[in-house]
Amino acid sequence: MVTHDSGGHHHPPTSFIRKYIFSTDHKVIGLQYYFLALFSVFLGMALSMLMRIHLVWPSAKMPFTPGGQMTPEQYLALMTMHGSIMVFMVLTTAPQSGFGNYALPIQIGAEDMAFPVLNMLSFWTTLLSLIVLVSAFFVNGGAPISGWTAYPPLSALGQIAGPGQGAGQTLWVVGVAIFCIGSLLGALNFITTTVDLRAKGMTLGRMPLTVWAWLVTAILGLLAFGVLLAACLLLLLDRIAGTSFFIPGGLVVTDTPIVSHTGGSPLLWQHLFWFFGHPEVYIAILPGMGVASHVLSTFSRKPVFGYKAMVGALGAIGFLGFCVWGHHMFISGMSPYSAFAFSLLTMTIGVPSAIKTFNWLGTLWGGRIQFTTAMMFGLGFVSLFVTGGLSGLFLAQPSIDLYLHDTYFVVAHFHLIMGVAAIFGIFAATYFWFPKMFGRMLNETIGKVHFWFTFVGVYSIFMPMHFLGLAGHPRRYADTTGVNFLGPLHSVHYFITLAAMITISAQLIFLFNFFYSMKAGQKASENPWNATTLEWSIPSPPPFDNFAGRIPVVYRGPYEFSVPGATDDYIPQHLTPERVGKAH
Amino acid sequence: MDHLYFFLTGLTLFFTFLIFATIFYFMIKYRRRSEQERPPATQQSLPLEISWIAIPSLICVFLFLWGASLFFAAARPPQGAMEIFVVGKQWMWHLQHPEGQREINQLHIPVDVPVRLTMTSEDVIHDFFVPAFRMKMDVLPGRYTSEWFQATKPGSYHLFCAQYCGTLHSGMTGTIEVMTPTDYAQWLRDNASTRSMAESGQELFTRLGCDTCHLADGSGAGPVLQGRFGKQVTLRDGQNLAMDEAYTRQAILDPASLPLPNYRPVMPTFRGQVSEEQILQLIAYIKSLGSGERTQVP
Repeated sequence: MVTHDSGGHHHPPTSFIRKYIFSTDHKVIGLQYYFLALFSVFLGMALSMLMRIHLVWPSAKMPFTPGGQMTPEQYLALMTMHGSIMVFMVLTTAPQSGFGNYALPIQIGAEDMAFPVLNMLSFWTTLLSLIVLVSAFFVNGGAPISGWTAYPPLSALGQIAGPGQGAGQTLWVVGVAIFCIGSLLGALNFITTTVDLRAKGMTLGRMPLTVWAWLVTAILGLLAFGVLLAACLLLLLDRIAGTSFFIPGGLVVTDTPIVSHTGGSPLLWQHLFWFFGHPEVYIAILPGMGVASHVLSTFSRKPVFGYKAMVGALGAIGFLGFCVWGHHMFISGMSPYSAFAFSLLTMTIGVPSAIKTFNWLGTLWGGRIQFTTAMMFGLGFVSLFVTGGLSGLFLAQPSIDLYLHDTYFVVAHFHLIMGVAAIFGIFAATYFWFPKMFGRMLNETIGKVHFWFTFVGVYSIFMPMHFLGLAGHPRRYADTTGVNFLGPLHSVHYFITLAAMITISAQLIFLFNFFYSMKAGQKASENPWNATTLEWSIPSPPPFDNFAGRIPVVYRGPYEFSVPGATDDYIPQHLTPERVGKAH
Repeated sequence: MDHLYFFLTGLTLFFTFLIFATIFYFMIKYRRRSEQERPPATQQSLPLEISWIAIPSLICVFLFLWGASLFFAAARPPQGAMEIFVVGKQWMWHLQHPEGQREINQLHIPVDVPVRLTMTSEDVIHDFFVPAFRMKMDVLPGRYTSEWFQATKPGSYHLFCAQYCGTLHSGMTGTIEVMTPTDYAQWLRDNASTRSMAESGQELFTRLGCDTCHLADGSGAGPVLQGRFGKQVTLRDGQNLAMDEAYTRQAILDPASLPLPNYRPVMPTFRGQVSEEQILQLIAYIKSLGSGERTQVP
């Protein structure tokens, strides 16, 4: 297991390529993942912007459409790729692989991940999968149109099911399968590192909640991505090898009988997909919970309220996440008895979620709150987790889900909880760790402007979508103008599109702040936030092997803020008991 | 169901305001006014933590019981509901009345009568969604799903496809015309079909030669179908199945998978020879041969 001691300490690589491209340093790999996600999120936002424009001005001229107007296929291809890129390349990649890679080894006092070369392989596999996925835009027929959930038979039948369902859909399946492999390797590495490479004194009970969150997420990833990988391989076989895992017999597609397939079950895919798909939601959001706990504690100058309950809740959410996939299938014709089981288990997730929310409030309670940008995004995360989570109570009721399923209500729900809440976690982490990563501070004033635009913006986009859903507006409709029933809802769409334009434009403020501060920001000290965990005990940015060969010893828990009797209002984890109270 | 919805809305708003108000209150009250300020040590409070574990748990159980009872009612159509048969395909709805009327993207039904839909798809997964009736159910290829509703007001109601089904998914819409009983009777007369579904099924039954083996007196090579629909069937391996729509469909398309004791497996498959709509007609015919006590599969 110990990869470091073979042949003494390893030396920092000197060539540019070894240092920044094919690097095995977890910090560089973390940043590579971060930049991959940054590229993907802007690509994904651009796709969503085109969709929003089409919904409101269906005859608008688009630069890439041959006939001038966007066809339904093009809209549906944008929708499919927006979902796939955002879920896989942003929400899975940035919080876990990006920040996890960067901060986890330092926070537990390790020089690197347990398997540095494997770590490099994970990143390059993920990059390959992004390239394969995006290349679907450029093949004959264009990108696939079966949605990020890729329900068969639509996704399994090939070209006959629509443009993009030929080569484009095959590339999609291959791309997602490659992504699964990269994520499995990453999960393996995270778990091994956390279990084996903790510094002396870093007991499980002293791990920062971020580390707990990354660990639980890695376990979820290990169990979930294997299932998705299997499902993708089966779908690929159905598409190219003539098998019939998901294609029932006797289909007649556009008046052509499908004679080459028989006996498969389209529901099998839904079971496999959602067995991955629901834990995936927690893969996206748990790291955000870890970051929120960390940031709220640091900037309230108070210990996390109910540390053990927080760890238990992370574990409970992770475990229950595997027991509720059926709530995506209430309307698939499943027996009401199974629906009851899934419904009860789903509502049970509300309990650990409530524990987390109230413990965050408990952390604020009686604190001395500093409103840094990181703190504001942390509070924004809590807000979105509450608003996005509570609408889950509606959808967990099969009887109400009968009405709301596959409407814009669901779109609003999962964008708030899985999309935007996770993004706020990413922003909180970015504003918090940027000084450590680049040795300079992000501009706080610009940061707050960015926060307010984003916070008000996302609520303006997604809150009205609940009303669209309540009015019965189905999702994934390329054309809403042809349906009389939806006519009165057009002004709501109009408002959402305007809000989306403003919110997306506001992200350029962030981009500017990010690159400007990287070059010209105020120099960051070792510990600008007076925080307690190990990453703040080393220079910003950290040296190649993190601790310059002197692995710290940990003497206390992660959130010792405002301990009565101490001189400072924080006691770093590595401080020996003798030095507490003295200047450090 | 709407009551449950409004209750949930109230509950959600209550917790949202509770949490947001607390956040704002704490944000203002506990903001740091100077660098030197220290928070007082707060003790962890076990009763407090237990209370916010127990209260959500109780709310959750209460909501579950309420929601489950509603869903159970939604899943069980009442006895004697009017039957409509639905076949979805890219990108239209084919609907058949037992009396033989066939419609596309339009369904005429009488008010205040429970209507049960038996649905299947020719190609990909669709979903029959009428917002005004608060109901939605996936329509899958290769199997039957069903849902039921009872319209309470005459009028015209929108029908959507709600399960994403490809290019013209957003065009796969229609209307449900709910009519007064007299208007409906008039509509049935105006659109009278030469044959009811069962009669079409009977015609098929003869044309496909089913009647050469499935004889009424039991002397044929196949089992008697008279009075069988809805009863229990015991397979060769001892498995008991209800002879419902799904069973009948499987028996037509894949008879070898349902071996019966006392009968040799000589029936050929009719896969590819009958369309989904024709299978439904055959089922209607077999139903018309008399049914046992109807065992409802929810």
